[in-house]
Parts: sequence; C-alpha cells; structure tokens
Amino acid sequence: MPLLEARDVHGGYGGMNILNGVNMSIEANEVGVIVGPNGAGKSTMLKAIFGLLTVSQGEILLRGEPIHNLPPNKLVQKGMGFVPQEKNVFPSLTVKENLEMGAFLKPGNVKRMLKQIYDVFPPLYDKRHQPAGELSGGQRQMVAMGRALMAEPDVLLLDEPTAGLSPLYMNEIFERVKEVNAAGVGILMVEQNAKQALAIADKGFVLAAGKNRFTDTGAALLADPEVAKSFLGG
Amino acid sequence: MNELVFFINNVIVAGSVSGSIYAIGAIGVTLIFSIMRFAHFAHADMMTFGTFMVLLLTLAFPGVGAVVGLPTPIVMLPLAIVLTALLAVGIDKTFYKPLRAHGVKPIVMVIASLGVTLMLQGLIRLFSGTGAQNLYLAGERKEIYRLEMPFELASRPVIVTEPQIILFVLTIVCVVGLHLFLNRTRLGKAMRAMSDNPDLARASGINTNHIVAVTWVIAGGLAAIAGTLLALDVTFKPDLSFFLLLPIFAAAIVGGVGHPYGAIAGGFVVGFAETLAVFNWAVLLRPFRDSLPEWLAQAGNLAFVGTEYKIVVPFFILVAILVWRPTGIFKGKVI
Amino acid sequence: MNTQHTERRDDVVAAPSRFPLREVILFGALLAMILGVYAMMGSAYSTRMLVEAACYAILALGLTIQWGYAGQFNAGVMGFVALGSFATMFFSVPVNEAFWVTELPGELGLALLYVTAAVLIVYGATKLDRIGVPKRLRTLIAIVLAVALYLTVISVLREVTGEIESRAGFIGGLGLPAWSGWIVGGALAGVIGYFIGHICLGLRSDYLAIATLGIAEIIKAFLKNSDWLTRGTATVSPLPWPTPGPSELGFTLARALYLSLTAVMIAAIFFLLHRAYHAPWGRMIRAIRDNEISAAAMGKDINKRRLEIFVLGCILMGIGGGALASFNSIFDPNGFLPLNHTFLVLVMVILGGPGNNLGTIFGAVAVYIIWLMSEPLALFLMHGAAALSEGWFGWEPPGNLDSRALQARVFVIGLLITLVLRFAPQGLLPEKVKHHG
Repeated sequence: MPLLEARDVHGGYGGMNILNGVNMSIEANEVGVIVGPNGAGKSTMLKAIFGLLTVSQGEILLRGEPIHNLPPNKLVQKGMGFVPQEKNVFPSLTVKENLEMGAFLKPGNVKRMLKQIYDVFPPLYDKRHQPAGELSGGQRQMVAMGRALMAEPDVLLLDEPTAGLSPLYMNEIFERVKEVNAAGVGILMVEQNAKQALAIADKGFVLAAGKNRFTDTGAALLADPEVAKSFLGG
Repeated sequence: MNELVFFINNVIVAGSVSGSIYAIGAIGVTLIFSIMRFAHFAHADMMTFGTFMVLLLTLAFPGVGAVVGLPTPIVMLPLAIVLTALLAVGIDKTFYKPLRAHGVKPIVMVIASLGVTLMLQGLIRLFSGTGAQNLYLAGERKEIYRLEMPFELASRPVIVTEPQIILFVLTIVCVVGLHLFLNRTRLGKAMRAMSDNPDLARASGINTNHIVAVTWVIAGGLAAIAGTLLALDVTFKPDLSFFLLLPIFAAAIVGGVGHPYGAIAGGFVVGFAETLAVFNWAVLLRPFRDSLPEWLAQAGNLAFVGTEYKIVVPFFILVAILVWRPTGIFKGKVI
Repeated sequence: MNTQHTERRDDVVAAPSRFPLREVILFGALLAMILGVYAMMGSAYSTRMLVEAACYAILALGLTIQWGYAGQFNAGVMGFVALGSFATMFFSVPVNEAFWVTELPGELGLALLYVTAAVLIVYGATKLDRIGVPKRLRTLIAIVLAVALYLTVISVLREVTGEIESRAGFIGGLGLPAWSGWIVGGALAGVIGYFIGHICLGLRSDYLAIATLGIAEIIKAFLKNSDWLTRGTATVSPLPWPTPGPSELGFTLARALYLSLTAVMIAAIFFLLHRAYHAPWGRMIRAIRDNEISAAAMGKDINKRRLEIFVLGCILMGIGGGALASFNSIFDPNGFLPLNHTFLVLVMVILGGPGNNLGTIFGAVAVYIIWLMSEPLALFLMHGAAALSEGWFGWEPPGNLDSRALQARVFVIGLLITLVLRFAPQGLLPEKVKHHG
C-alpha cells in the first residue's frame, strides 16, 4: 500500500476548479516531485493534500486511510508535515522556539528531536537563540523544514523549498531532502527548478492544466525528450 | 527641599501609579490585538467589571481581610480575576467568535466591541449606580506610609499608600509572570507563534481556538487587577470607561501594537507624561525665587494643562506617535 | 428610483424586484409608527420628536457616507456634534455688552495674536533645517521654543479668560442668524475632521476609531471647562431659531415650520449625495472600499479620496449638531453623551443600511422614535421590578431609580449593535451593489 496516494483529485477556490483529476502516489522511501508550468496547480495540489482547500471530487489516502478535507491540525496528528513556500517561519521566535512549535502536539519529542534536527542542519545549532526573522533565506528554509520534521512526520510536503535561493543553497537543501528521505520520511515537493529536483526524485509528476501530463520515475522523465522540450526548457 | 518632595509625591509616585495601571491594561489590549487583530474597546469596562466584582465580594465578606492581614479587596481579587476571565471568554464565545467565523473585517470587530462595552456599562451601572464608591468599607482604612527624607531642609515626607505599594508589587509580579509565561511555557510560546503567523501555527498543529481562549483569560485577569488597583488608589467609578481607554490605547500604540513589553513601557510613558503635564512647574522654581527674573518668579501656575484636560495628554501622545512613528517605539508587528 | 435593469448581487437582495417592496413596507410601518405616536402623545410632542429625528438623520447621513461608502468608522460623532452646537451658539446668541464695553476684547485679541505668533514661530523653527541648521539641533530648538512659548501664551490666555469670567461672565455671541452658525459649525467640524483624517486614514482603520473617540472627549472637555467661551456647565440658553419661534406661532406650527426646514436640508443633502454616489467620484470611493489594492493599482489617489469622504461626513455632523442645538434652544456641554450622540447614530446607520441613504434616513427616524418611547417604558419596568422586589423579598429599592433606568437603555443599544452586526450586517435596507460597467 502506498504511503500517500491521490486518486482523481478535483478542487479549487470558490467554485473555480484548478485541479481537474490529479493522480499520484509515493512510498515511504521515495521522493516525489511535482513539476509543471505556472498555473498548472502544483501548489494547489499540495494545499489540497494538507486540507487547506476543499477537495470536491476524488480522494486522498494516507496509508490507505482517506484524509481529504481533514483540518491541518488533524493531519499533523496523523503524521503529515507541511512547509509552505512563503511565511514558513515564526519571525520573532528564536530558531529553537520555532522548532519547538513544530513538536507542539508531541511535547515529549522535543529534546530528542531537537538533537536530530541540529544534526541534520548544523547551522541551526549555532543560531538557535537568534530570532528566525534575522536568518538568511536558506537558513530560514532549514528552520521551516526542521519545524515540520519535529513532529516526526511520515510524509513531508514541501512547497518550492528552493524558491529564491542561490544555487549553492539549492543543492544544500536538496542534499538535506535526500538525507531526510533516507531516514524514512516520504517526501512530496513542488519545484520550479525542475531538472535538479527530478534528478533526486524517485517519482516525478508533470502537471499541466490541473492534470497529470506525465508520470514516471525522475530519471525517465529527465530522459524523455518530450518532457524536456515542453517543460524543462530544452 | 520640600519642593522636591512635592515633585516626588506628585510626579514620581503618581506617575508610577497611573503608569502601572495603564501598563497592565495595555498588555491586555496588545495581546488581544496580536492574536485577534482588532482594538478591543470593551477593555476599560472589563476593568470596571472586575472592580465591581471585588466590590460585591468585599460587601459580601467584609471581615476576611482582617484575618489575613491584607485589605479585604485584595483578598477578593483572585476570585474577581477568575470571574472577569470567565466573562471575557464568555463574551468572546457569544459575540466575537461568530463574527470571526464569518471572516468580517477587523473594524467590524471594533464596532462589536463597542457594542459589548455599552452592554457592560449598562449592566454594571444598572446595579452599581453611577456614583463613586470606596472599596475600603467601614472598619478598614488605607495605610499611609510617610517616608521622612534624610535632608535637613525637607520637613515634609514622601507619601506612599498601602494600595500603591500593593500595586507596585503586583505590577512587577504581572510583568515577570507574563515574561516567564511567554518565553518559558509551551502555551506562551504558541501564543507568540500565533501572533507571528497564524496560518503556520495552525499548520504546526496548534489549536488556535484554544490560544484565543487563553488570551481572553489573561486579558480579563489583568483587566480585573488593573481596575481594582485603580479603584483602591482612588475610588470605584463606574463611568471612567472612555477616559481609561484612551491612555491604555495610547500606551499600547506607543509601545508598538502587539508587543507586550512595549505596552509596559508605553504605559509608563503615558502615566509619567500625564503627571508631568499637570504638574505645576512653578513649584520647583520657588527655591530660586530671588535669583530669577521677575516675570518668571511671579508665575503662579506653570502647568502645561489643567487637571481637567488630563485626557488631552494621552491623545497628544497618540497623535504624535501616529505621525512620527506609527509602529511605536518598539517595532509593533502589525499595522 | 431603481430601474428593473438594475443588476443586484444575489447575496444582498433575494430577487431582482420591479417594485421596491421592501422600501414600501418599511416606510409604511414607519408612517404607522409616527401616526401612532401622534395619536398617543399629541401633535406638539410628536412634531418635536420628528424635528429631532430629522436632525439625527443629518448626523446619520454623515456617518453613513463615512462607514457605508468608505468603511471608515468614526467613534466620535459626539465631538463633531458638539462643535456644530458650539458654533451655532457662538454665532446666534445675542452680543454680550458687558464684555464688549470693557477693554477685554482688545486683551483677548492680543492674546490670540500671541497664540498665532507663537504657532508661526514654532512652525518656522521646524523649518530651520532648510537654512542649514542640523536636523537634531532644529528639533531641539523647536521643542524648547514650543515649550517656552506654550507656557507663556497659556499663562497670558489664562489671565485674560479668568478676567473675562469674573467681569463679564462669558464673551457672548455674535447675534447673527442661526443658519450662519450651522454653516460655520459644519466648517469647524470639517477642519477638525481634516486633521484627524490626515493623521489616521493611511493607517489601520482601528486607529481612526481610537482617535475620533479621543478627540470627541477632548472637544467636550474643552467646551465644558472654557467658561469664558461657553459658560461651561452653566449652559447658554435660549438659542434663537432660524424660523419663527413658538412664542409667535404656537408650539405645533413653529415646530412644523422647523421640521420643514430640516426636511428641505435632508432632501438637499440626499439629492447631492445621490448625485455624487452615481458620479465617477462615488464609483471611485466604492471601488476603494471594496478593493483597496486594485484601486491603488489603477492609479487612484486613495488617501485623498478617503480624506474627502471623511471630511464631508464630519461637515454633515457639524451641520446636524448645529440644527439640533438651535432646536433644543440650549447649549449644554454636559449634554453631549457618547451614547446619545455617537452610538445612537451608529445604531441608526447599521440598522437602516450603511451606504444606503434612504435606509439611513429610515433608520434614523425609526430608531429615534423607539429610543424616545423606550424611556418611559424603561422607567415603568424599573419601577415595576422595584415594587416586586420590595413586595416579595423586602429589598429596599435604590433611590436613584430614574438614572439607573437610563442605564438599561445603554445595555439595549449595545446589545442592538452586536445583534445587528451578527444577524443583519447589511441593515434593513442594504446598499444596492451594482455590477460595475
């Protein structure tokens, strides 16, 4: 049974459908990457999974259990973590406090998880008493991922984790994503930097106009000339 | 040196007293603002409600204070805090929550809170009447401490009353308690998180309804403390509402809206500004009468404003801060 | 008024109707209410009530354009009413000979000249950086100058005003017709509104509410404590009417004449507002209210438009306050109450339909009638409750029952505000929102 599965998902804002039947599934040891042109519904799909917008048709399953239209705090309890693209830290809280908030529902985890997060993201340890709002973009992204990981999710949703970062930081973030995945957390992320993202992807989903256009392994998609021509800029 | 003592009594002591009261009130206003994003106009009447509860409890159990060795109203304060906190949560559930669920603009919440303030005013005055009442009932009296000054020339003492000392102690307790709560407890941190970024707080699994309720409990409790201590210092006046509201809002805005420590600083800024503005500076010139030019020595009243215009002071501060630095002296979060 | 082609948003009005059914029913009920009051209370009383309601309608129109058209919440209607009343008193009350025959006018004039000079000097000091003075030094100079000059001027002013109070009572009026006072009152309210709006309208809407609430209390405190100008709590009466008074025509006729004057004013204001609302200016105002960002993106000068609407509303409140003061024939600074002059008007607007002028006028008259009628009712209920509690429980009723009964009305107004916001946020006659274009 796949860890996270979406079947024919339709949904959108205020009666306007943006998703017109999206299918995807990832296993616990996989990194799934959603790519596609602007307005294809990539971020919308992620939000639909995390209960931030109404799914009007189709279903989303976590370990086979339907979870669509559950509120976010329920999903956190069920083992899902979400890192929004923007405003993904608490700027006036320190790094450590940001991380603690991630484990709000599992206060017993804090000590153990803090140690793990600092191991994965060593820069955060040095800055742990600094307000997150004062960090650089890449470090903020680490705080945001760290916060989501604090609850020990089974699956982590990342919305464009490398948006606005320099290539150096981008590779760093992708490295960490792989590392987290290797520790047993399924990853589903939306990416603009499609080539680099597909390179680390076990599964790739190319969306266009709210539908799957191509679905395959990351490597296969990268090799597919049609995908390259239409979506990867040649 | 008596002039200096006069200055200490009228500016330092009096300014600290009103500063503390404004600070405690402004913390509540600023917390509500940072969690719910609207200026809560019913705050002054929540203070009055808390005081009124103290008055009723004191009337019901007049002898308790003597047993403990504190003024009865202080002994009754914890109970009044609980009642006011309950009231605040109840008001939120009944009046604000449905509007919030409807997603109205913050200004509609402001109008609703004005409606609530009128309801509270009406109810309290219906039962208490509109006259002033003393919280010290027969048999109890305000202890007054006269501190003799160690100068030769100072024949008059610095005067501090018992409720003022209690006020200072409680202010410190509130500030330290709030600091520990916001920085050391899980709930306090969650509250700061929600004030920073409500959506992310929700995505972290924080139950925002719960945080809202906690905010009301704290704001209500602080309102009861501020109101009661004000009434102990002077008298219980049910019709102070708008006259308290303006300095409290001014304090919150001066300190930077949504910024609890700013609210404390703002409270003292406004409190001292008030006492400095109504203080007659001619008094301080008197010792130097002989060496001053005649027109200055003759000046009988050098106060900036008469006491009847005290309310102008917080307004002036408010306008000045809005013109020059709308985010407040500590940067407020939300404008 | 509406053509059948008018498009309506379905969440505002249930179905597009050819005939303004809702309006006819509501105004029919209002007419029945008025006739009922006439039958019960007699024509002199009822006409007085209608005149007051008409003055309130002017206030409510002022608030409805601020709140309904532009989403600005003014919590200090009372202050603008007080300004209008004061200007009316000052212009229409007879000249006080006891003041003018002395040398006091000259001294007062001199003191005011000092005030002007001091303001100019301080203003000049704030511009010192233009001629090369460092900014910090300029600020320091300006502050020190401001404090010193303020203390000097205020002590001169205190002396003169004290003298006026002891020798002439107060400076009296100008003996001009009442309507001149209304106009000046409107202008005065507009000027104060301009300053408040200038400071607050670019910021969060809450700040405007706080600032207006404050300025209203300050205006009241000033008028109450400036005995030399207003006789303070001693009150000034009678204020002359712009129309022939009751002594010439009898109560009912004189009041009816006054009523027609206010009705003409309302009609004129209504007509002008209607024109403005449908003109490009009104469309722009609504566009700003509905979507500030896109309006700004289209290059509209948002803050200027907002300031215009705020000042316009304040002017109407000043005029309405003037008309109310003339009619009541007394200037009593203690009579300005937030409840009567701010919150009552607010209820009229939100109940009638913010942004809908017809609804606002309906709300003003209906709420005022209920308000007046509730006074005897509240007293009756209180006395009943007191008698009951005395009879059943042996409780001594408190002596000041009447003042407490008034507090019950405070509660009811507050409850009404919260209920309307929750269950009828559009009011009884909602603003008709048209699709643009």
